[in-house]
Amino acid sequence: MNKLYPSAKLALNDVVRDGISIMVGGFGPSGIPENLIQALLDLKTQNLTVICNDFGMDNFGLALLLETGQITKIISSYVGGNKTFEQKYLEKKVELELNPQGTLAEKIRAGGAGVPAFYTKTGVGTVVEEGKEVREFNGEKYLMERSLFADLAIIKGWKGDKIGNVIYNKTARNFNPLMAIAASTTVCEVEEIVEVGSLDPNNIHTQSVFVKRLILGEKYQKPIQYLTTRPRG
Amino acid sequence: MAWTKDEMCQIIAHLELKEGLFVNLGIGLPTKVANYVPEDMHVIFQSENGMLGMGPSPYEGEEDPDLINAGKQTISALPEASYFDSATSFAMVNGSHIDLTILGALQVSEKGDLANWTVPGKMITGMGGAMDLVTHIKRVIGIMDHVAKDGSAKLVKECNLPLTGVNVMDRVITDLGVFDINEEGMFLIKKPEDVTLDEIISKTEAKFVVKLL
Repeated sequence: MNKLYPSAKLALNDVVRDGISIMVGGFGPSGIPENLIQALLDLKTQNLTVICNDFGMDNFGLALLLETGQITKIISSYVGGNKTFEQKYLEKKVELELNPQGTLAEKIRAGGAGVPAFYTKTGVGTVVEEGKEVREFNGEKYLMERSLFADLAIIKGWKGDKIGNVIYNKTARNFNPLMAIAASTTVCEVEEIVEVGSLDPNNIHTQSVFVKRLILGEKYQKPIQYLTTRPRG
Repeated sequence: MAWTKDEMCQIIAHLELKEGLFVNLGIGLPTKVANYVPEDMHVIFQSENGMLGMGPSPYEGEEDPDLINAGKQTISALPEASYFDSATSFAMVNGSHIDLTILGALQVSEKGDLANWTVPGKMITGMGGAMDLVTHIKRVIGIMDHVAKDGSAKLVKECNLPLTGVNVMDRVITDLGVFDINEEGMFLIKKPEDVTLDEIISKTEAKFVVKLL
């Protein structure tokens, strides 16, 4: 079994089509599948529903797919600080569904685990409650939230072996392992391909069963959004 | 004189931080509270993008794009650090395993409702993790200016901005005082020495009882 594809474009070419839903890993500019996003730009797939934590930076990552008008719906927790989003939203070119971040994470985790819905207290008494079933448990109100499952997940790992075991680096993990389990097809890009058997089986973050295709990322920009440092003292 | 922002952070750190607490600090001003952890106290900071044991800003040249906080700033890791995915992170939050959160506020009502995520008419940004944090973390502290830029009160009877959470706040610090909120109402427990009660009352819409420590 070899899941390794020669390029991001070839890994996506026959799994994308107009109108599909795509989960995209990352938090801010950290853990973004940069090469797979570039392939979506090249393939010009249209009318995409994108599920992602946030819209990160201008001129990078998902903002590029917004600029080209390929994204028509966003399911997210945070879209602040992105001028491309603001412009498309004001022009009514993109639809937005906001979720509290913990609810979004659980919708994805549950969707991947075969759980269709769950109850949470987050959002009770706020706009998040609108249109949702409210149920009491132990005298307290909870909202029913429906899980998410997408046609495709594109994720970014640090190291992956050829059978699809993947590990992440530091806070670049974030939503990536959740999304890996919550799509019909998961395509993962990594910074380094390693031989089967060289990753520690005790420390695999995403197991091979979830990853259908794997590519070695051709190049990485990995920008820093807000650089904060302290002087050496 | 009203308290400065640094004084507010120092006061709230002194009142709230205790040995062994797991703490989540909101984006912006609340991150400064970490500067006032006493040397002999061990507090563990969570960042909801997937980290426990967050350290200070990295030394120049040691910044790592794979190591950021929820505000997307570069950070460092302490030896005790661990990394995890976003569902595990919010299991820590929503399962009430995190002891304390300190976060910015736009309005707080006398019943403890919080509005801090959006202003109608301004560009929408999203709630991020704020609703989860205030709903589930054991102790929720707000930090804000006492009045808005237009002079209107931010400690109010009822929030007229969209809510982040209902009856979630335990305490608020402003430049004019520290206010506790519980089932019995709102209480002023501390104020800058030379700020008069009359001034605080005139700048506060919420009803509160003076119960200085």
